[in-house]
Formats: sequence, structure tokens, C-alpha cells
Amino acid sequence: MSVILRRAGFLTSVQDLGRSGYRQLGVSLGGALESFGLRVANLLVGNNQGAAGLEITLGGLQLRFSDERMVAWCGGEFDVQVGSKALPVGHTARLQAGEELRFGRPRIGCRAWLAVSGGIDVPVVLGSRSTDLRAGFGGFEGRTLRDQDVIPLTLSPASFAFAKAAAHSPTTATGISSWTAPHDWVSPATPKPTLRFVRGPDWDRFNASTLQRLTNEAFTVSPDSDRMGVRLDGPELYRVDQSDLISEAVTPGTIQVPPSGKPILLLGDCQTIGGYPKMAHVITVDLSIAAQLRAGDHVRFSEVSLTDAHRLLFEREREFERFRIGISLQST
Amino acid sequence: MEIVPLGDAALILRVRERFDDAPEETLDAVLRAFQQLQHAAIPGVIELAPAYTSVAVFFDPIVVAKSAEIPDKTFDWIATRVRAVVAGFTAPGKRTRLRSQTIEIPVCYDAEFALDIDDVAGRANISPSEVIQLHSTFQYRVACIGFVPGFPFLTGLPKKLATPRRETPRKAIPAGSVGIGGGQTGIYPLRSPGGWNLIGRTPLSLFNPQKNPPTLLRAGQRVRFRAITRDEFATLAEAGAAEESSKR
Repeated sequence: MSVILRRAGFLTSVQDLGRSGYRQLGVSLGGALESFGLRVANLLVGNNQGAAGLEITLGGLQLRFSDERMVAWCGGEFDVQVGSKALPVGHTARLQAGEELRFGRPRIGCRAWLAVSGGIDVPVVLGSRSTDLRAGFGGFEGRTLRDQDVIPLTLSPASFAFAKAAAHSPTTATGISSWTAPHDWVSPATPKPTLRFVRGPDWDRFNASTLQRLTNEAFTVSPDSDRMGVRLDGPELYRVDQSDLISEAVTPGTIQVPPSGKPILLLGDCQTIGGYPKMAHVITVDLSIAAQLRAGDHVRFSEVSLTDAHRLLFEREREFERFRIGISLQST
Repeated sequence: MEIVPLGDAALILRVRERFDDAPEETLDAVLRAFQQLQHAAIPGVIELAPAYTSVAVFFDPIVVAKSAEIPDKTFDWIATRVRAVVAGFTAPGKRTRLRSQTIEIPVCYDAEFALDIDDVAGRANISPSEVIQLHSTFQYRVACIGFVPGFPFLTGLPKKLATPRRETPRKAIPAGSVGIGGGQTGIYPLRSPGGWNLIGRTPLSLFNPQKNPPTLLRAGQRVRFRAITRDEFATLAEAGAAEESSKR
């Protein structure tokens, strides 16, 4: 039971919801850069929401399975094909053994999360199956996937998903479900996104005109962005004082401003501590959009209160829970 | 004491404002807060991370909101709990001394590994062997682990040895390299880029994700370096490699 990669694509790695509990030892959270997308994709194939899947960057992936599997994906605007059929984002497909699944290049956004029924079966290291690419451990041999890799899968759960997808297209070999998850969950990428933020611990170290620049002007995503962070060109943000700061924790979503004045929006693989001022933090529900930013994209920021950030998160979780229960009821 | 939000799912408890004035006392206070919060197990708290003057508290806002009962008061609820826990056990006289053992780290300071020792020596106006002598005499304390898994930021470097980071960082520094960056010394656990001045290398492994705990060091521990020869380095490195492979 395995997935066989004919082409591994530009940058593909095994990821789950990340590695908690080791930040005090310098180990990054990591995991799917948009953990919500992976959770949704997992539900769509009948997995537990935390099963390990593949994070695909900029496409170019071609794979098949050694046995029958259900798949679903969330993320940017990719052309995805199962054999000759299109597999739209957020729908579930049944693949026969040997049938090919292909990811083209994205039109908008840059990443996608692919869930496979059963999940990717790599060893749990420090509580997670995620690949820590910077430290080179976890996932599949601690590295990005390569052409011809063969990656073990867990036995498919005897879940409803199989039966359901099969029921929807009884006459074809490839079943693609008609049901899906809410569109903004499965496809968060937009051409000109605005990210909502809350003020960071060092907000007051910037003067009013600099703070206005953050909310009034557009930034451009620099090419040297990666899973650690999105580097932003455009308006430069200078501090009022130039005193050295004592290093403190940073976390995915933190917008830190190095002396160059060019802000960096930290993502899942970011370091655990940093000494640059933490000007603001992108709110959890908008990390889905942040994970889709690619070189040349224009991005804007708008401020919300911490209470609103929490309200938005609670609302999404309530709907997610309803969706999860809805799916489990359909299986009975 | 100050509590500031770090986004919508974490906060920073700033135990002290400064570090360098009183590193020992500050670290003790920070680690005490860290331990108190660990024992308190506040509902919704996922993990804690101490660093120099502060402790970061990472939490799941959904779980916290359930305890808070008023969802709009989620942050206030957890901030109040954190403050209460840390304020709770600080009665004078009841402070238990934090247990911190001294870990000895063998270091080979041979020229092969000490690419920048001449720069450090030149700046201090002493000889490279005096650099080695000084570096391996003093006792250090882990102020924080970060940058990469298991990287210890060590406080206690003799002032004479303080050397600014290199203007152009190296793209790849071998694992085990011992360096000086400003007023701190540290050890690179993994092959990684870095700008510190390299003065030696340890054969010990500082990070092994297959072990529990995965790191040799943690915040608060005391460290001493012991100078070893190139032969000892080779023997210890071999022994370490053999131990690793026997465990697989």
C-alpha cells in the first residue's frame, strides 16, 4: 500500500498539523502551512482531520497508488486531473490502483494540500509526521519528495467515503463526488488579498505614519520567500528607537521588521525565537490566505481587534464542527 | 510583569525588562515562572517557551473560550490565569533553588575547526591559546534554546571574548561548531547557515529527534567546555556514531 511518485513536482513534502510541545527546545511548529485546508481535505476522504497528507508547492506532481484510494485537495487554483477527468478543488475522487493523479501549475496561489484515505504512513517523530525541512527530520526521510519515491500509506479506513463516491458514479471507474465543502474553505487564494492583523507586542515602537503605511499601502511578495516566511517589498517600515531588543518567541503569523525596514510575515517553519520587533500578527483564520502568497503577489493589511480575531476563529470552528458531524452522519 | 498578546493564539509573559544587568537572577525568575505555568496546566495551554526575560504561552483559543465562558473575554481570561499562577508562589523564603546540573562539553579548538579564533584573539589583544584558556575556564548558562533545534544561547562569556557577528554569514556551518556571536557563545547542532565566529567543534550531538528529550541542553542548565585533542575528538565522534547506529 503506497503512493508512487512519477514526478515529485517543484517542492512536495509530507505534512500533518505540525509539531507541538518542543518549541522550548527550538523545534518549529511546521506542518501544513494551511492546517485548516489539510483538515478539510482529510474529512472529505473520511480520515481523522490530523492525518498526514502531501503539501504541494507550484504543482508539477504526478502520482498513482498501489491500491484503491479516495483523494481530495484544498488550496490554490490548480488544474488537477484524474486520468482524463478534472478533479475540482474540494471534491472527493476514487482512484483505482494505478490510475494517475496530476497537479498542473497554479493560476492563483502556490500551494495545495492533498489528503489520501488512510493517510501517509511515515514514522511519528516528536509527536508528528510532518517534515521539518530546515532541520532535516520527520516526514519521508526528513526531506522533500523526489521523482520515483514510493511512500507508504496506512490502510484505508472502512469509511463511508468509498461507498458514497462509488454510489455517485456507479458506472465509471473513476468516481468524483458531487458534494463538497464551502468554497472559501477549500479555495482561499485570491489575486489581491488583504490579510487581517492584530497589533503585535512592539507596535508602539513604530510612529503613526509608519503604522499607517502598513494599512494604507500594498506590499509585494519577494522571490526569496519560503516556508519560513514571506518577505515583503514596498513601503519600508522604520522604528522610532533603534535599541537592541531582547529575543522573544515568534510564531506563524508574526510580522517582524528587521533593520532593512522590509517586513517578514512568518509562516509555519519559522524559528521559535526572534530579536526583531514584532509589529503585528496575521490572525489565524487568514493564515490560509498567507500560505498562498507567491512572488510578485500584491498584499494589503487591515487591522482587527483581538476579540474579532477570536470571533472569526470560533465561527469557523463551529461551522467546521457542523461539517464534520454532517459528514459522519452521511456515512451511517 | 507584563502580558502581551502574540497574535490570537499565544501571549508573552515578560517577567523582567532587562537581561544583561542580572542574567542569573533574571533566568531564575523566568524559569520559575515557566515551571509554575507548567505545573498549573491551565486549560487550553498547548506549550510554553522561555527566552531570556520572557515566557511564551501558546494556547488553543477554542479550548480557552470554553473555560472562559464568555468568548469575547478569551484573552482576558487566560491572561488573568497566567498572572495568578505566576504571582502565586513567590513568597520570599519559599523560593526553591532551581536544580541545574553542570554539563561538560568537550571541544577541540584545533585550527581546523577554529576558523575565526585569530579574529577573536586579535580583537581581545591576546593569543589564540589564551582564547582557548578563557573560553574553557568559565562557566556558562543556557539562556534560551532557539534558532535551530537544540541551539543553546549561552550567557557568561568573558567580556574580553565578545566579538561581533561576521559581516557576511557563512552559508553552511558544520554541526558541532562552537561560536561566539556578540557577547554570547553557542553551538550549532545542525549544519546550518550562521554568522558567529567559529573557535572550535564538539563531537557531541546536540539534537537527535529520535531521542527523548531530543536535545542535549535546555534553558537554565550550566555548561562548561573542556578542551580536547584532535585524537580525542575523533574517538568521541566515533563512539557517538556507533551509539547512534546501534540504536537504529
